[in-house]
Amino acid sequence: MSIKLITALTAMIPMAAQARSQLNLPQGVTEISNRVYDLHMTIFYICCVIGLVVFGAMFWSMIRHRKSKGRKPATFHENVKVEILWTVVPFLILIGMAIPATSTLIAMEDTSEAELTVLVTGSQWKWHYRYLDSDVEYFSLLATQREQIENKFDKGENYLLEVDRPLVIPTDRKVRFLVTSDDVIHSWWVPDFAVKKDANPGFINEAWTKVDEPGIYRGQCAELCGKDHGFMPVVVIAKEPAEFDAWLAEQEQIAQREKEEEQRLLAMSMDMDELMELGERVYLGSCAACHQANGEGIPGVFPALKGSPMALNDMQGHINIVVNGKSGTSMQAFGNQLSLRELAAVITYERNAWGNDTGETVQAADVNAFINE
Amino acid sequence: MSERPTQPDNTRIVRRLLLTVVGMFAFGFALVPLYNVFCDITGFNGRFTDGQAAANTKTVDTSRTINVQFITRVNKGMPWGFEPEVQSVRVHPGETKVINFFAKNLTGKNMVAQAIPSVAPGEASLYLNKVECFCFNQQPLAAGSDTAMPMQFYLDPEIPEHIHTVTLSYTMYDMTENAQPDALAALAQPVN
Amino acid sequence: MSTVVGEVDQHDDHHHHAPSGITRWLFTTNHKDIGSLYLWFSFIMFLVGGSMAMVIRAELFQPGLQLVDPHFFNQMTTVHGLIMVFGAVMPAFTGLANWMIPMMIGAPDMALPRMNNWSFWILPFAFSILLASLFMEGGGPAFGWTFYAPLSTTYSSDSTALFVFSVHIMGISSIMGAINVIVTIMNMRAPGMSYMKMPLFVWTWFITAFLLIAVMPVLAGAVTMVLTDKYFGTSFFDAAGGGDPVLFQHIFWFFGHPEVYIMILPSFGIVSAIIPAFSRKKLFGYASMVYATAAIAGLSFLVWAHHMFTTGMPVFAELFFMYCTMLISVPTGVKVFNWVATMWRGSISFETPMLFALAFVILFTIGGFSGLMLAITPVDFQYHDTYFVVAHFHYVLVSGAIFSIMAAAYYWLPKWTGHMYDEKLAKTHFWASLISVNVLFFPMHFAGLAGMPRRIPDYSIAFADINQIVSIGGFAFGLSQLIFLWVVIKCVKGGEKAPTKPWEGAEGLEWTVPSPAPYHTFDTPPEVK
Repeated sequence: MSIKLITALTAMIPMAAQARSQLNLPQGVTEISNRVYDLHMTIFYICCVIGLVVFGAMFWSMIRHRKSKGRKPATFHENVKVEILWTVVPFLILIGMAIPATSTLIAMEDTSEAELTVLVTGSQWKWHYRYLDSDVEYFSLLATQREQIENKFDKGENYLLEVDRPLVIPTDRKVRFLVTSDDVIHSWWVPDFAVKKDANPGFINEAWTKVDEPGIYRGQCAELCGKDHGFMPVVVIAKEPAEFDAWLAEQEQIAQREKEEEQRLLAMSMDMDELMELGERVYLGSCAACHQANGEGIPGVFPALKGSPMALNDMQGHINIVVNGKSGTSMQAFGNQLSLRELAAVITYERNAWGNDTGETVQAADVNAFINE
Repeated sequence: MSERPTQPDNTRIVRRLLLTVVGMFAFGFALVPLYNVFCDITGFNGRFTDGQAAANTKTVDTSRTINVQFITRVNKGMPWGFEPEVQSVRVHPGETKVINFFAKNLTGKNMVAQAIPSVAPGEASLYLNKVECFCFNQQPLAAGSDTAMPMQFYLDPEIPEHIHTVTLSYTMYDMTENAQPDALAALAQPVN
Repeated sequence: MSTVVGEVDQHDDHHHHAPSGITRWLFTTNHKDIGSLYLWFSFIMFLVGGSMAMVIRAELFQPGLQLVDPHFFNQMTTVHGLIMVFGAVMPAFTGLANWMIPMMIGAPDMALPRMNNWSFWILPFAFSILLASLFMEGGGPAFGWTFYAPLSTTYSSDSTALFVFSVHIMGISSIMGAINVIVTIMNMRAPGMSYMKMPLFVWTWFITAFLLIAVMPVLAGAVTMVLTDKYFGTSFFDAAGGGDPVLFQHIFWFFGHPEVYIMILPSFGIVSAIIPAFSRKKLFGYASMVYATAAIAGLSFLVWAHHMFTTGMPVFAELFFMYCTMLISVPTGVKVFNWVATMWRGSISFETPMLFALAFVILFTIGGFSGLMLAITPVDFQYHDTYFVVAHFHYVLVSGAIFSIMAAAYYWLPKWTGHMYDEKLAKTHFWASLISVNVLFFPMHFAGLAGMPRRIPDYSIAFADINQIVSIGGFAFGLSQLIFLWVVIKCVKGGEKAPTKPWEGAEGLEWTVPSPAPYHTFDTPPEVK
């Protein structure tokens, strides 16, 4: 045990050294985040000064007015003037704090005249981005390998703060975020923008930002949303406006091509090995967080797939639940998250792994037939 | 100096305190309707009454144009298609518009749905008046069929100057298990 | 109702000696016995909740998942919070109230002794149910002690029913305790003990009891709605049926913010007894202390939504809650200034109760500063749900509430046991606690500012150093509390005989009865001038 601990500790040293150690609020890259930072520092300094005065008086008495120095206690226990003074002065200090706080808040809540709107949807445990006024939409999932989390591989520089497809926004344009959720409450947070907004299921919330500098900005889900709350980061890439426009146009084309490709693949069928190989990959990426890599789930929370009657017998039911999810549970609709090929592969995998030896394959065409039935 | 107070006094205080306890328990539940009233008055959280508004009688303010965006979402576990006819529309305050929303039941069974609206910014919900909306009622839809659902609305001309964009979102929820009788009755009719 | 009220002078062990063995404790209606039961129970809960904190800190010792899976981690944070709030801090205060309020106001016992017995004895059942739920299939509650819907309704495991049931029992216990305190203070004061002559501990508890009566039923309502939403098809918090998950947060924090003051007002009373005693000088500004306490209690009903700035509120609501919250710092400041003025030109000595009280003033004030920072809405968007908040409320609750409970225990132990505690060991406990509590909670401010969200089982490597320090502080603080256990047991078993009034500057009726306090005190009321 102790040897393990020491090895762990020594392993930490270089890692700690390379990590950018930061101890304060980031100043951020927007006008608002800078104002927030300034407000934070101002109030912090005011607190320091008050603390210095109060604790100073306290330590002065503790040092000077002690019994061991032979002090005799004074007898005063009231002083109306002093008491009024220390009620009024803090009140005035508070007014001094409230003025900049109010103006910053009003600026933060002014979402009008945005040039781009992105719908941000949280779900257990991923983010989905949709660019309104264009056909581009995609999911953004944690990209850190399972093995790093389980301490089998070394942890990368952006451990737990990396995703497969980051949100891309333009610099110098006002971007409005509409935030909502598919299941429980999440909270979309990018510290560098000073934006944190709760995603409430059934309701939309608004926030906005206008980024000054191109770059990659990282944040996390800030509201406890269940088991993998710690594993749904937010990554935003800010690009120059022209670069952004090109990127968005390219994404539209890619989305179009993928649709066509999908149709073409419908005609082809994959053999069991191909399906199982792809299926395992998809399963580990999308399903194992709940149903576990061994298919046994977590009793009482996430059902086991191993030996499940649905995975063994009911193929249509199985396709349905994977494509459409199950309301009132954590089971999501994967129909719009995975391609037809991936859906087919993962369903095949679930029907043949861990001793679920049905020997049946599900093809993209089967899934497509189900969706369009 | 007086004696200690006598026993009936205790009973009276306890009775009052217990009444307070019961009252506060009831108050906890009273917060539910109070909150709804508060939301209606202030536009808190972008909720608004699904009450039907009267047609506009105020003059249309053609000097301003507001962009109204529509977002449609379907709750998970519910295989429906649900799309607005247009992603957004530009309207003058006071101008009445009709937008169609298309819903398709992709399953093999009859279903009943309820659309839940939400408006951003919340303040705008005070000025969004719906003369007719599919969200007022539950929507029955037979297996495999589709429908066009109209939504007729106008923005109150008194909508504040600083609002340039209003987003209206609808989330479709499966209510088949909790369907109202009239919605079920509609389903029982043969579909033409 | 008439069976539980109005039996002050009738309960039958009144003139007999206490029965011995387990029945003494099961059937006792003696305020001192019940006080001891509450205090021991809360200490056991403190250790249980503390060991859950140790699990949390061990998992967070380094990045990556090592010891527990995230689902169990969430159960630990949830149950740790529930146990510390409802099992450790609140019963400890009720225990102190039971022991001290009758003695401080010259009453022979609490006004409703049988209800007193009930209000204690249902607690062990409540917590057994809560703890047992951890062993259910699907695990115990994992939605945080704030149990936000819909995570606690649609998406929770079946242990939620047990959670709701146990919270109901805890609530009933607190309400019964509060009723007892109010009736005792209103009806049982010795002749001449007018309201404005009551010790501040009695005053702060009086106000706390009213807060409890006002908000515990609201919590009961909130858990009931969670239960019916989950099992009986209502939709209070479900958008599909016309409800709103944000409504849950409003109801919860309408309870939750006064609850915060429930856990700190009695501390103010304790510190207001100890600081004058060891400064050998009367408390400065007694009347303003009373008014400040009442003002804090009143304002606590107007600030709840400062816990929910990020839920998306209109600007005017955000401003209203920001201003009200900032306003609370005025009466709180008055209290701190009064304590400092009490010490000013006193004749101070530093026995352990005083050390804990002084640490309380400084560390609670630090918690107050971070509270003020959190009140500022625009910056709260950055702080909210990060370790900055965790640091803030642990400063207020651990180095605040719990330090004051420790101070109270050392201050009154001679009266309770008849023995002086081991001062050297007690000072060791103090210094170990003081240093470790700061190593534990101070760096959390930095982790939060740098962007570490709360309630996560694994974190980015940028936070590795800070978390390691915090965990070491955590283990040290946990171990330090075993010294306290040792001091108390040693003091109960023996030690230097305590005089009637062991502290030179102490004032109050409790110091007029012998140490240990006899089983029955003030059978004939004292005259208070």
